[in-house]
Amino acid sequence: MQHVDGNALAGPLAEFFSFDLTTAIARCSGCGAVGELARTMVYRSGAGTVVRCSECDQVLATLVETADRAWIGLSGISAIEVPRG
Amino acid sequence: MSFITRGFSGCSRERDERLPPGQTLVQDFPVLSAGPTPEVDTAEWEFTIRTESSVHRWNWDEFTSLAIDDVDTDIHCVTHWSKLGTSWRGVSLDTLFEQVETEQEYVMAHSYGGYTTNVPLDELLDGKAWVAFEFDGEPLEPEHGGPARLLVPHLYFWKSAKWVRGLVMMEQDEPGFWEQNGYHLHGDPWTEERYW
Ligand SMILES: [Zn+2]
Repeated sequence: MQHVDGNALAGPLAEFFSFDLTTAIARCSGCGAVGELARTMVYRSGAGTVVRCSECDQVLATLVETADRAWIGLSGISAIEVPRG
Repeated sequence: MSFITRGFSGCSRERDERLPPGQTLVQDFPVLSAGPTPEVDTAEWEFTIRTESSVHRWNWDEFTSLAIDDVDTDIHCVTHWSKLGTSWRGVSLDTLFEQVETEQEYVMAHSYGGYTTNVPLDELLDGKAWVAFEFDGEPLEPEHGGPARLLVPHLYFWKSAKWVRGLVMMEQDEPGFWEQNGYHLHGDPWTEERYW
């Protein structure tokens, strides 16, 4: 099967990065719990923000911000569901 | 030159040469945690060093019976604060590694609570790192990483893992928790190795 380069993601991924993430539903890759991101546990530290599963405490996501750059890690989320339409 | 300027002005606006670039002095000790504070009873506490061939273990009594160093050092947080002249007591990594044979050159530090951070072994030896259990003459409080934390003061302070429970030797350098999420693999404050 042929592949195309990542520019092809622009359309499909725009949807994922343009909605209110707190309304999204995520699946924890540790325990399998499926729930709204708004119901996770969020820890803020100077180094960054850590989002943990409220069922099993696993790290779902990390956010690191500087004045000119930002990172999001989604190491503990196996899938995200967003509402459409 | 600097001391003449100081003599004239009576106070100095010059940069303290102990302060790495981009850092500001603080007097207090900001608390930076990425999760709930683990409550680790010293009766349950254990420290391990895992190599390619064996695991070395110390419980709290064994650990605190080792040679203890008094460490006076400056610490530098990646979030731009530095604190000068902090005092710690702990066991030098040189002491711990006296009993350890390994060919592997990289270390992943693991903490109670799941946090990890990577440091090359040669940056932990020769008087450069400790497992510290006292700060300012008092047992290290849980919010500052007690019962014991790694202390690697020549690197940014996120490398000084709180609630440390063990070191795992690695053949190659691999990123720890924050290093996977934007922070620098090495973290030298003097060359501002803050992020990727
Ligand atoms: Zn979970």
